[in-house]
Amino acid sequence: MTAVPDPGAAAARATDAILGDTLHGTARGIVVDSPPGAGKSTLVVRAALELAAAGRPLMVVAQTNAQVDDLVVRLAEKAPELPLGRLHSSDSDPYDKVLDGLDNVRKSAKAADLAGLDVVISTAAKWAHVKNVEPWGHAIVDEAYQMRSDALLAVAGLFERALFVGDPGQLDPFSIVGADQWAGLSYDPSASAVSTLLAHNPELPQHRLPVSWRLPASAAPLVSDAFYPYTPFRSGTDHGERRLSFGVPSDGSGPDRVLDEAAESGWGLLELPARHTPRTDPEAVRAVALVVRRLLDRGGAATSERGPEPVPVTAERVAVGTAHRDQAAAVRAALAELGVTGVAVDTANRLQGREFDVTVVLHPLSGRPDATAFHLETGRLCVLASRHRHACVVVCRAGVADLLDEHPSTEPVQLGVTVKFPDGWEANHAVLAHLSEHRVHWAP
Amino acid sequence: MLATALGSPAAFGQSQFAFVRGNAFEAKVKADGGTELLRLLVERLGGGAEAAAVAAVPDLTAAGPEGRAARTALALREATAAGSWTLLDHPMLALEVAGSPAYLEPDAVVVHPDGTWTVVEIKSFPMIDSSADAAKVGAAARQSAVYVLALERVAAMTEGAEVGHRVLLVCPKDFSNLPTASVVDVRKQRAVTSRQLTRLTRVEDIADALPEGTTFDPGCSAEELGTAVESVPAAYAPECLAACELAFHCRAKARAEGAVEALGRSVRGELGGLTTVAGVLAAAAGKEGDPADPTVAALRRAAALRAEALAGVDGGVPCH
Amino acid sequence: MSLISTLARLEAVDSGRAQPLATVRHRHLTDGPLVLVPLTTAGEAGAPLGALVGTDRAAPRLLAVAQPRDRDLRFAFLAELAEAVLPHIESYADVVEPAERSEVDPGTGKKVKVEVELCADAAQLIVPSRAGIDFVRLLGRSMRFRRTAEDDPDTPYPAPARVPLLGRWMTHYGERARVPGSSLLLAATDLLNRHWATGQSSLEDQHLGALLAWVDPPDGEPGAAAALRAELERDRDGQLVCPPAGPATDPAFDNRLLAPAIERYDRARAALAAAEDALDADTRLGELSGAEREIRSLLAGVLLPTWDAVWRGIDLLRELPEGTRAEDRWTRDRWSFTAHRDRVRAGEPPQPRRDDAVTAAQKLAARETAQAQLDAQEALDDPLVLAGRRLAGEAFIGEVTEVEMAYSESKRPSPRPLVTVRTDERPHLGERTKVYRSLDGRPQTAEFVGYATEDAGHAEPEGTVHLVLRITDRMGRSKEPAPGSVPEPGDRIAWTLFEHDQRGGPKLPDPEDTPWTHGGPPGAAGGGHAEQPDPVTAEDIL
Repeated sequence: MTAVPDPGAAAARATDAILGDTLHGTARGIVVDSPPGAGKSTLVVRAALELAAAGRPLMVVAQTNAQVDDLVVRLAEKAPELPLGRLHSSDSDPYDKVLDGLDNVRKSAKAADLAGLDVVISTAAKWAHVKNVEPWGHAIVDEAYQMRSDALLAVAGLFERALFVGDPGQLDPFSIVGADQWAGLSYDPSASAVSTLLAHNPELPQHRLPVSWRLPASAAPLVSDAFYPYTPFRSGTDHGERRLSFGVPSDGSGPDRVLDEAAESGWGLLELPARHTPRTDPEAVRAVALVVRRLLDRGGAATSERGPEPVPVTAERVAVGTAHRDQAAAVRAALAELGVTGVAVDTANRLQGREFDVTVVLHPLSGRPDATAFHLETGRLCVLASRHRHACVVVCRAGVADLLDEHPSTEPVQLGVTVKFPDGWEANHAVLAHLSEHRVHWAP
Repeated sequence: MLATALGSPAAFGQSQFAFVRGNAFEAKVKADGGTELLRLLVERLGGGAEAAAVAAVPDLTAAGPEGRAARTALALREATAAGSWTLLDHPMLALEVAGSPAYLEPDAVVVHPDGTWTVVEIKSFPMIDSSADAAKVGAAARQSAVYVLALERVAAMTEGAEVGHRVLLVCPKDFSNLPTASVVDVRKQRAVTSRQLTRLTRVEDIADALPEGTTFDPGCSAEELGTAVESVPAAYAPECLAACELAFHCRAKARAEGAVEALGRSVRGELGGLTTVAGVLAAAAGKEGDPADPTVAALRRAAALRAEALAGVDGGVPCH
Repeated sequence: MSLISTLARLEAVDSGRAQPLATVRHRHLTDGPLVLVPLTTAGEAGAPLGALVGTDRAAPRLLAVAQPRDRDLRFAFLAELAEAVLPHIESYADVVEPAERSEVDPGTGKKVKVEVELCADAAQLIVPSRAGIDFVRLLGRSMRFRRTAEDDPDTPYPAPARVPLLGRWMTHYGERARVPGSSLLLAATDLLNRHWATGQSSLEDQHLGALLAWVDPPDGEPGAAAALRAELERDRDGQLVCPPAGPATDPAFDNRLLAPAIERYDRARAALAAAEDALDADTRLGELSGAEREIRSLLAGVLLPTWDAVWRGIDLLRELPEGTRAEDRWTRDRWSFTAHRDRVRAGEPPQPRRDDAVTAAQKLAARETAQAQLDAQEALDDPLVLAGRRLAGEAFIGEVTEVEMAYSESKRPSPRPLVTVRTDERPHLGERTKVYRSLDGRPQTAEFVGYATEDAGHAEPEGTVHLVLRITDRMGRSKEPAPGSVPEPGDRIAWTLFEHDQRGGPKLPDPEDTPWTHGGPPGAAGGGHAEQPDPVTAEDIL
């Protein structure tokens, strides 16, 4: 008997329970919370295949076309013979051309054309237009925490029962107009689909994937404590199982030192001198680009539980995360100037659900004179701090802790709204306090 | 609030209509030994229907805030040991802030038979169709979180006591003076306040962070606070205007300095290192600033586009 | 705040007066708006204290409640308010024009055109500030569930006849005001703030007096000084020279003037009740009306400056020509007005306390569509708004330098001309990003193909780029594009990356088909009854 059970066994137990409820349970809905990298996609694919194998017609609801296409590809890989339907919009280029090469995938803009296929997959937006069809026995709703309640309202009539899977810690859905008048209502249309579902059906079985296979042992406790304080999870790997090393030694510069720190500890904070800057702070943007350039130049190599040999950390295994689109554009330009290509550079919204070996993050509050609700949003920081398998380097101006102190949280509180997440202010402080232990000062 | 601590009257005063109404409402809620209050509490938080009639309401009077705080702590311990419903009407709690004790006075604290202590806040803004002004509820939640933290200090030394993180907010229902209540989960606010208390070292920040009704150790005089005010760098923001009559003084100072914050915190967001009105306008006009600085470049483009649109140069572009 | 409006604020600081944020008026103003300036009693939810109301700026109607805690007096106020507001609304309800609406035929499930009535114009209501809009909503909520003696002869404290109806209309106006770009119920501060940037913060802009001081400063006085006077200047009695625009009153007014006057009124009333004979009663009645007159005059004193300010704001806004597409949004307001008229006439019950799941989702979807529509329409109507979108990379203006004819690769090739546009702007264009231009008031779509390599011969100013766009629609059905449907070299054209029209969302289930995820059909649990009136107690404050 050990105090810490084998993570693989813990995860397998959770998965078995979920699949058991899905295939043999009586509840109309099952909710699965999946922290970053806990095997949500694997679970969705497995559940879909088992339902199909049991002869249960299945519809799958995802939130974006990219997610839908990705799922189709994964399903087709696992089951090349399984008849799949990809329901798509009537816009131009409605799906990834890769799907054209898959023989078992039928594509159509009309649900009727896909009738009778074992699995039909589409976005929530497209499903909402499907009318007058026989309801499916089963549905899987993917990224259910990023789906708005009103989107679920529009599609819930299409299925009898559903498995809802998602990550509660990522960015909440939002609305471009005020929705305060419905706050506290169980079916607030601007809330997440899961909160409405559970408010009306509190008896539904709720499961949690307890192990993050993505986040290393250095990151899981921080991310779990800061963003999932009431639903903790752990890393699937132990300290020392993941290693990051460089073929070229440090040249003593800030970027090299922070890379060494991150390789050693999993985290690095490259702190630039305090200054109020525009969003596209040229020094910080260049620092981000330099860290990436040096990471690639120094022949970064990652060793993990996946195999004994170090695997080179190539450009496609690296991502840069920012809060704003213009920051992403500035980093792309800076990388291009340094001759770096193939690195994913995007905002938190677009990095949701993706995984890399190393991430470099421009801190959302770096150089800011004020801390707005947007920049303090818990989900944004959570996404940025939980994309990596090995290490995360954060580039930031000094003084963010003081900035946070000057903007204490004064969030309004709506009666009847369930508190789910830690406060953005508090989570920012927690992450910052941890990062400061891995700080490298640098004046470019 | 700081202004109040300095001995100046509050910014816009309070209408006696609101004052009378607020007091009358609180009295009504607590009437008959808190029967109605406990009924609401049991209804919202559970704990057994027999509660209401049999609550004890101990006398908490004592000399000075220190004495009252000690009396409150004793009453809390006794009630918890007795394991019976107890209503503490205007207890006094102490919380050490940056080395000096601050005294807090919640509207009420209820001790449950199971040893749970629940903070009760009575407010006079209405709950209409079960919803209330979110800004006011937020303020009440932050205020309650401070009480929760202070209570936790006492609970730590009391066998079998636990402080509830769900507080009871009591307000008038709809358009009546009948009380209704809602449970507010203050875990977030508690965590934030707790971190603030460990980080705050400046007395003026503390005064701002604590709820109304806080009294400082008499050793901390108005003069000392006054000196502190002068030493604070101007951190004026328009939000101050609603809370503090010193704000007009600070605003005048900020405007005289040409500080862009006088126009709102969000204004600073896109101005980078530029902090004065004159500086921004000079940069926009191309008189100052490095064109390679993204802020300066964006300002010049903004100024050019704005001028072009106002001059009607492109007014004829077919948009219609 | 966008950089371009920040800049306008800074220019306002510098120049001492507000600077334009728009070159046209983006909200429709009717010929005869009804202005309502309400006041409420501090500390009491929805206990009105007084109001000025009317369509004639020279002749406001003063309504006052001498003792706001008195239920009868409050009902009398609300009844009088109904008499001031409802005739105005009803005067628009009967002037109609024929219109078509598409409805789903219940028999066939197909969409069919139905001939319906559309009110030719709608009643417009203008209040001083956003708090005034909230107050209209609050009054609506407090009145619409009231029962009159006619509704139920046994109801305790029956409401005057037209009060519940006023509650329903005010609720409708309050809800409509939440739709972006709607103009049925407007706040003067919102109207002014949409069109001018002051040299103060948006918080201070909520003060109508201070706002007007910047937009229209008296006799060349700097805006900041005039605004400061509006905020703080007090007379010898300690009363604000520019009282708050309501509905909240200044505490100094409550404590020093109003409270003593109400006390005198209460005393006079008690004395009248205790009168021993007719002569005594006569004298005391005189005292009572004197006390009442005093309260009315006090209220008039703090209401009139705001009344005048609202009309001054309206004057200033009328000086701007109305944006072309504001009319389109007003037509939607007319539809909304007509629909509510029809619901009232059909005898439907008052709006429920809280929306059901389907209604809430429908409203949210409609408002998101309206917001996107408003953003697009304002930019298309107003070069100054477009400038903000251009700065954000969401639109650009460029000159057509070359047009090359091309065709789609299909069995029946359609024209897909390639248009090269020269611009010094930096729109956020990616591969096949769609852009739109307005052609005869309707959008034409093109997609971004790429950047043209520059002509070696031309010396271009730095920063100029050549974009190649492929036009994809609105060129007619034949092989050759319809005349005028393809841009020509030399044309200067504004292109937007945002769509000009908004598609509505998907159809949601009917409320009685609300799915299990959202609690099933509403009323299934509660028995499906109409909303009950608020319980009344003998000691009800309102």
